[in-house]
Amino acid sequence: MKLFKEIAFASALSLAALFTLGDAQAHEVKLGDLVIHHPWSRQSPMAASVAAGFMTITNTGKEDDRLVKATSEIAPVTQIHDMKMEGDVMKMVELPDGIVIPAGGTVKLKPKSLHIMFMDVKQQPAEGTSFTGTLTFEKAGTVTVDYEVAAPGADMGDMH
Amino acid sequence: MKQTRLMTAAIAAAVLALGAAGWLGVELLRGQQQSAMFQVGGPFVLASSAGGTVDSATLAGKPYAVFFGFTHCPEVCPTTLYEMSSNLAALGEAAKDFRVFFITVDPARDTVAAMKDYVANFDPRIEALVPTDDQLKQLASDFRVYYAKVPTSDGGYTMDHTATIFLFGRDGRFAGTIGYGEAAEMRQAKLARLLKG
Repeated sequence: MKLFKEIAFASALSLAALFTLGDAQAHEVKLGDLVIHHPWSRQSPMAASVAAGFMTITNTGKEDDRLVKATSEIAPVTQIHDMKMEGDVMKMVELPDGIVIPAGGTVKLKPKSLHIMFMDVKQQPAEGTSFTGTLTFEKAGTVTVDYEVAAPGADMGDMH
Repeated sequence: MKQTRLMTAAIAAAVLALGAAGWLGVELLRGQQQSAMFQVGGPFVLASSAGGTVDSATLAGKPYAVFFGFTHCPEVCPTTLYEMSSNLAALGEAAKDFRVFFITVDPARDTVAAMKDYVANFDPRIEALVPTDDQLKQLASDFRVYYAKVPTSDGGYTMDHTATIFLFGRDGRFAGTIGYGEAAEMRQAKLARLLKG
């Protein structure tokens, strides 16, 4: 556990460094065999009490891992969700078992799909700002990430 | 000889008449089926974020759109409303009497006051309507809309719901839909056609 803490601390430090150096480049956090690429969110309607987080997670290791928990500073409740369209119906599903990050694979959390769901958000983060959160993986442990807040309705897709 | 020819002509005429009647019958039937299939919407009087109520009977002569959703919706609802806002901005004058109704499927949490704050983020032509539970049931049946409460692990819930925008023409009739994720040009073309008609 100490190691995880150190890694988390180191990651947070390197992240801070990245931001100080300028964030022109999409940011990336490493945690063991995992690479978390460009966590982002987008400005929700101001009166809304929810927001969503997205990112790309690559597992460079030989063993599957699993994202099991997420927290954030903007919401008392943060969950791992999937969204899908069934015909013309939008369905939201909470994933209590989290998301498997397969060995050698990449999982994208993106609009209209897998996402981190921030519930009971008191103050919506504004476009151009960022907020922190943690991600906990079954094997790799916990890491702190910074979500960059994009414009309302942004769909960054494969841009990053 | 002349008689035979007359007979042939008569038979031919009869066959033609029968055929025509049959064709007409089929067409009529098809027309009925179509109108039955496309009957979407129904009269409503609902509490509005703009104050008071909106009575669908007063919408005659004005094209309008109806979209169902809820404010605790992270994706489909804000995206749809942001997209609609940019469509309205692009349509400008042409859409000056066009109205968009965002009807909540979560009236327990989405009060008129909450909905008012929420739609303030979007084009002013977008107005929120809040049905009672019974009104919502009736709307769901009239618009063929699905909605369901889905519990989450924190003791709260989220809503599944139909994400289609329903369009109504100046004659008050159902005029088509815009599906979630439809291309911007397609949405714009559908709205332009609706406003012209």
